[in-house]
Amino acid sequence: MKKFVEGSHAIAEIVSKCRPCVISAYPITPQTHIVEGLAKLIADGELEAEFINVESEHSAASVVLGASATGVRTYTATSSQGLLLMAEVLFNIAGMRLPVVLTCANRAVSAPINIWNDHQDSMTVRDSGWIQLYAENIQEAIDLHVIAYRVAEDKRISLPVLVAIDGYVLTHAFEVVDMPEQELVNQFLPEFDPIVKLDPENPVSMGLLGTPDLYMETRYAIAKTMETALTVIQEATESYSKLVGRPVSGLVEAYRIDDAEKILVGLGSVVGSIKDVVDELREKGEKVGALKIVSYRPFPKEVIFEALKNAKYIGVVEKAVSLGADSPLFTEIAATLYKRGAKPVINSFTVGLGGRDISPAQIRQIFEEMEKDEAETRFIGLNTELLEA
Amino acid sequence: MAGVVADPKNHLMASGHTACAGCGQAIAARIVVNAAGKNTIISNATGCLEVFTTKAPQTAWRVAWIHSLFENAAAVASGIEAALRYLGKLDEVHVIAQGGDGGTADIGMGSLSGMLERGHNILYVCYDNEAYMNTGVQRSGLTPLDSNTTTSPVGKKSCGNPRPKKPLLEIAVAHNVSYAATASVAWPADIERKVKKALSHKGPKFIQIHVPCPLGWRFDSSLTLEVAKLAVETGLYPLVEYENGALIGVRKIKPKPVEEYLKLQGRYRHLLKLPEALEEVRKVAQANIEKYNLSVN
Repeated sequence: MKKFVEGSHAIAEIVSKCRPCVISAYPITPQTHIVEGLAKLIADGELEAEFINVESEHSAASVVLGASATGVRTYTATSSQGLLLMAEVLFNIAGMRLPVVLTCANRAVSAPINIWNDHQDSMTVRDSGWIQLYAENIQEAIDLHVIAYRVAEDKRISLPVLVAIDGYVLTHAFEVVDMPEQELVNQFLPEFDPIVKLDPENPVSMGLLGTPDLYMETRYAIAKTMETALTVIQEATESYSKLVGRPVSGLVEAYRIDDAEKILVGLGSVVGSIKDVVDELREKGEKVGALKIVSYRPFPKEVIFEALKNAKYIGVVEKAVSLGADSPLFTEIAATLYKRGAKPVINSFTVGLGGRDISPAQIRQIFEEMEKDEAETRFIGLNTELLEA
Repeated sequence: MAGVVADPKNHLMASGHTACAGCGQAIAARIVVNAAGKNTIISNATGCLEVFTTKAPQTAWRVAWIHSLFENAAAVASGIEAALRYLGKLDEVHVIAQGGDGGTADIGMGSLSGMLERGHNILYVCYDNEAYMNTGVQRSGLTPLDSNTTTSPVGKKSCGNPRPKKPLLEIAVAHNVSYAATASVAWPADIERKVKKALSHKGPKFIQIHVPCPLGWRFDSSLTLEVAKLAVETGLYPLVEYENGALIGVRKIKPKPVEEYLKLQGRYRHLLKLPEALEEVRKVAQANIEKYNLSVN
């Protein structure tokens, strides 16, 4: 059904259609509209679920951990400081192979305190063992939540999934979307059937002490499962796409890259702006394209290599930094290409930190500058007056 | 003996775990789970109990059991309880969260407070051995006054831990819980009775059990129950019981001198030579005796 809806309310509606049994959250801007929406759906009797209001994000993540271990579908959402407060629990949820789904309404990390969008929060927990999917727009945000549950609960995977949605840019924006009907979601998403659960009828112990004799194998197992997840995400996307009758991005979306000499790589909503600039430059005859990474974890290295291997110039556009080193996505793209023998000119561009606007003019500037090979990351859109002050 | 299942094969916390000889917590935890019965799910905080019962691939637990982190046993239990409520199984299954004094009164305080405030149908059990034993006897918020720990050491300018114990039971009672009590490993039947009574109440309930640690307190491992008993009999660890906010019972004592308790333990050795400090500990006991009217004399 087509409807005009706010991003957060769209997410609340689709999560509700995924029928989570236990939802737990702690309020933080810009995540709030999502959990408010879910609380209202429960209050109105439209969703039958337990909504647990907790005293911190650490406990929100712990509540869904406990509920998921008891064998029911769970959901939580957070942003920024909240995600970082959860960090310890996030590693624990993944280590225990619990298929929790979390929405991260992406927001910058303090200090200085800043409630606006960038990707520093979810990037910081990229090594936690969670699958991470980034949405470009509200439609994709809707689709990725349904796919997230299917992938997380697939017995070949049994890992948690974080769906990253740009704070404000998507959570508070309105868009006409195709909202899948309940029946369709039911068809795509079978009942959660856990491999093990806390059950007095068949008591198990979960969360045991892992000595040096066996800890490493648990990490290897997750690393291998991440490889399997590449296939499972692709399969799930294709089957979902058939069901909804429209194209849905899989691991990545390649945009006008076939003969492209210059390709910009990015995550999330900024790719929408990049595509517009690609269209504009294509009209002028420039051979440019864009590569959107949807699945950041697992990182689809082969797919990325195939998309980028023939380009002369690659720019990686990121809303996150690794202070004291190169930015995370750039580092991984560069390593992926180098390991497979591709040697394009590849440059790193930091944009939009703390909600700084990213204009089409800046994207055009990046397309121009990416021919110039530089050792260091370039920060685009800096206010030089502030720096000199 | 009451509080103990006759056949060890029926214990819900099996023997063969790796606790130290004389571990008060191991004894108390077994009594708690036996009293709760097999239809129980336990959420266990990080700490000695978790480590000595669940070294993979082995487990001592014959009930459904989960360990997540240090500070979140109460929140994990809240999630388990919410899931059981959703499944309509809350009447058949007991949910117990448990942890040590540090995991409960320090790092887990917020999580515990949230669990108590939200009204979950969960029993929280704090095994109080009065310091961070798993990491090597560091001071916690439940370490008693003048106790010698590795982070409140005795020295030229220090008489050990400078603060009295955090009033954890009163904090629990202040959350309007339906049942709250202290207990001691020296009275197993009393622990069993309190666990069963707690579990007969709906909503959140809290039990704090005094569990001496031979290694951390420095006494002979054969003396665990003797030391535990003296803590109660000197007035230093009052055994009390609250129901719906009202004090409904205390274990009466003929108060013994605090020295009888202190002199058995290396953590208090310095005190016996410091009359002024000793007097402060006596005051703690006396305040407990007066507050709860413990004395039969």
